[in-house]
Amino acid sequence: MDNIAGTKSSLNWAVQISTLALVLLWLFPTVGLFVSSFRTADQISSSGWWSALGTQTSQNPAIRIEGEEFVDGDLFVIEGQLFTNADIEVSAWGTSSRAPQAFVPGDVAELSRDRTITVDVGGAYRFTATESQEGQRLPRVFTTATAPPEFTLDNYRTVLVSGNATDNLAKAFFNTLTVTIPATIIPILIAAFAAYALAWMDFPGRALLVAVVVALLVVPLQLALIPLLKFHNEIGIGKGYIGVWMAHTGFGLPLAIYLLRNYMVGLPRDIIENARVDGATDFQIFVKIILPLSFPALASFAIFQFLWTWNDLLVALVFLIDATGETTVMTKQIVELLGTRGGNWEILATSAFVSIAVPLVVFFAMQKYLVRGLLAGSVK
Amino acid sequence: MSGVKLNNVIKRYGATQVIHGIDLGIDDGEFCVFVGPSGCGKSTLLRMVAGLEETTEGQINIGARDVTRLDPSDRGVAMVFQTYALYPHMTVEQNMGFGLKMNGHPRSEIDAKVAEASRILKLDDYLKRKPAALSGGQRQRVSIGRAIVRGPEVFLFDEPLSNLDAELRVEMRVEIARLHKEIGATMIYVTHDQVEAMTLADKIVVLRAGRIEQVGAPMDLYRDPDNKFVAGFIGSPAMNFLNGKCAAEGVDVPGLAMTVPMGQAAQNAGTEVSIGIRPEHAQIVDGDTHVVELTEALGGVSYAYLKAPTGEKIIVEERGDERSKTGDRVGLRFDASRAMLFDAASEMRIR
Repeated sequence: MDNIAGTKSSLNWAVQISTLALVLLWLFPTVGLFVSSFRTADQISSSGWWSALGTQTSQNPAIRIEGEEFVDGDLFVIEGQLFTNADIEVSAWGTSSRAPQAFVPGDVAELSRDRTITVDVGGAYRFTATESQEGQRLPRVFTTATAPPEFTLDNYRTVLVSGNATDNLAKAFFNTLTVTIPATIIPILIAAFAAYALAWMDFPGRALLVAVVVALLVVPLQLALIPLLKFHNEIGIGKGYIGVWMAHTGFGLPLAIYLLRNYMVGLPRDIIENARVDGATDFQIFVKIILPLSFPALASFAIFQFLWTWNDLLVALVFLIDATGETTVMTKQIVELLGTRGGNWEILATSAFVSIAVPLVVFFAMQKYLVRGLLAGSVK
Repeated sequence: MSGVKLNNVIKRYGATQVIHGIDLGIDDGEFCVFVGPSGCGKSTLLRMVAGLEETTEGQINIGARDVTRLDPSDRGVAMVFQTYALYPHMTVEQNMGFGLKMNGHPRSEIDAKVAEASRILKLDDYLKRKPAALSGGQRQRVSIGRAIVRGPEVFLFDEPLSNLDAELRVEMRVEIARLHKEIGATMIYVTHDQVEAMTLADKIVVLRAGRIEQVGAPMDLYRDPDNKFVAGFIGSPAMNFLNGKCAAEGVDVPGLAMTVPMGQAAQNAGTEVSIGIRPEHAQIVDGDTHVVELTEALGGVSYAYLKAPTGEKIIVEERGDERSKTGDRVGLRFDASRAMLFDAASEMRIR
């Protein structure tokens, strides 16, 4: 009896550590994507997102100097600026790929044929030669530069507004919304009615129907993909929004009915009976009493269904996306981006974050109902 | 306003019969209380009157109308539940107006009736609150108010005070009695608390296992019970029963170590009987027949738990300054005309 109320369980630390581990596991990739989506391509390739706030040290690709030659005394001189960005500070530089950090800023490098070059901290260079370099290949400068952290909204601009057809997610975003919102609302409407009937209306075969619903919970949806698509084609729906709404509704209904029925069964019988004595019809009881009281359960199922349809690729591929590409959803678009822009992490990170932003908002806005709705029915 | 009439009402759940042919008439404006031990069918009977349970056989009339197969809402009844059954998402005002709204009454009429009910029940300060922000007593008042607003012919109360604490229960009991006087409607009230039954009722219906044991005014049931069950159920502490045997000169009761002279004994000579004596009708006197096992002093009265020579237990009420102590050996005296005689086998009263 050491487990009585008020004493801490000895496994408390295990719970704490597991929670912490889960939080970190979840937080790391999310924050990583979030930070990366605001960084420039150069900075992403030179350092990880965890050092995004620090000074960025990067080895820049070689820059071949260029500029107008002028005569200074007996020397032919070319002066110029390596970088367009004034904030960059050169920490080391070199003139050959074998020793890119051979000199510090201010050093004078002796090149062949009596030529010299010097690069200062700001990236300004001065090249001198004893004879005209006209027609000659000018030397290259390798720099290791530190730059202040740079954050930009350009990635979002590319992904949401201006990018070309393959990069632009805006259309896919709205396509996904077009799939998701009806695919969340339709099953809730149907399931709420069904759940009320299964919970509170007496008719023969009710128990059997509940059993069938529970049985349907465990049927994998892959089983139905091909027959269902064939069916859609035969009745003329074909591939399109209606088809995908229907499919999501069908796949979501068993869980919805089960969850809502269990919740509604737990509502106090007296309240419903009182409403009946008060003269409310079944429909009025449903609309005025059951629906408002079932809000936590409705909300928690809505979150489930929204997240699952938002992240869905399989059902959309089977029932929605056709050769025209007009109805591409975000998941599909991101899969394609992985192929076409596999190296452009800034684009990928931004796309990924755009696609998780909406579920995150939905989740945080409604998470209290999620917990309440899940517990409801199990504990009164 | 109208009375309620039950005619050979039967309720079966599958093969199990729970109400066995109840015949009962409740007059217009009468306050009728169903009492009985738990599981006796009193709530089921009430719910059958309300229309929440289907009546298997028999007929229920409210006024002149046969309501046996009508929907609850068409019967002209309003019900108050033990759990209050308030709609948690509506304010007090909306709760009370819900029934009228469902029946399509105009807004102004609903407002007027809600205002009237809230005046009667002193709920004016709480009209805008939700039930969660009310105390138990206030919730039950709202629940009663909701019944009043509908202006029903018959009010049905299903153990309305069981969820309240002792003090509030007394307060609400008075409130309900006042309400009955003020409205004058027919009321049927289910309780297992005999204090509520005795204080509120014009007529008590004692039920046991789906059958009526006795119907009558509270004091009639108390003074003149028909059988051992009613005699034992009404009155607190319960009536004492002692085994005895009838003989020509009276009832021979070993538990009292005496023969009680009773007129009925002679013609039933030889019958095994129970003799019933209420605690307040017996007195402790000097003697050596009984042992005081325990005393409970409640202030104005004490209850002495006596052990008879046969091992039977007897409770005696004591008043005054001289009261017995645990361990005392005492005798017992009572007025034989106050004692009641019950047949040991059939438990029926022998008058």
